[in-house]
Amino acid sequence: MELNRRQALTLALAATALAALPRDLFAASASLDDAIAAFTGGAEIGEGGVTLTAPEIAENGNTVPVEVVAPGAEAIIILAAGNPNPDVATFHFGPLAASQFASTRIRLAETQDVIAIAKMTDGTFQQASQEVKVTIGGCGG
Amino acid sequence: MAENVKPRVRVPGTASAGEAVTIKTLISHPMESGQRKDKDGNVIPRSIINRFVVDFNDQNVMDVTIEPAVSTNPFFEFEAVVPESGTFTFTWYDDDGSVYTESKDIEVS
Repeated sequence: MELNRRQALTLALAATALAALPRDLFAASASLDDAIAAFTGGAEIGEGGVTLTAPEIAENGNTVPVEVVAPGAEAIIILAAGNPNPDVATFHFGPLAASQFASTRIRLAETQDVIAIAKMTDGTFQQASQEVKVTIGGCGG
Repeated sequence: MAENVKPRVRVPGTASAGEAVTIKTLISHPMESGQRKDKDGNVIPRSIINRFVVDFNDQNVMDVTIEPAVSTNPFFEFEAVVPESGTFTFTWYDDDGSVYTESKDIEVS
């Protein structure tokens, strides 16, 4: 088979794109791992003690309503795995918090997993995650 | 520099002792993320509210660390216990050093 100029260029572009892709993915997950480690100190994370409520589809990534509830938590962190900076917000609950519940609105750059990790008063960690499909990204690029 | 920053807080006026009340807060603020660029391609510097604290009669209810991924006009809803009549104080800390405060009285009947 003989390649003409157009096919050769397409191939070269595809190869470059493939080579670039895994590195970007790796960079994003590394900063997410860093953000999780900064909160948990590397402790093991269980499932089920925290409830994350977010829409399945967010038409506007600039304001996505999310709710977290984790009975018995002293702090809850919200992370967005696909944002340039995965940290979103950390809630620390004081003695007068009636429940470990908080609701806010966040920005999502693209379709991605939103993660909530709760630090329980006994020192253990619980997490929940949900994928949110984003129609229009919220990072203004 | 954020301009026209205006906090809005909704707290019920009365409650019974020990009751959990729902509080909603919103503060008008652009929350410039530091990711956006202007039309000449220069990055617009980050300018956000980075911390939000709620106290009731000097006891802490909630302390939130805020990152740029929180939307423009940051909104928070949460629940607080009201042991006696008193005052909720809400404090927002801006990147530029400004501190915005708001307080609401609640009466326990």
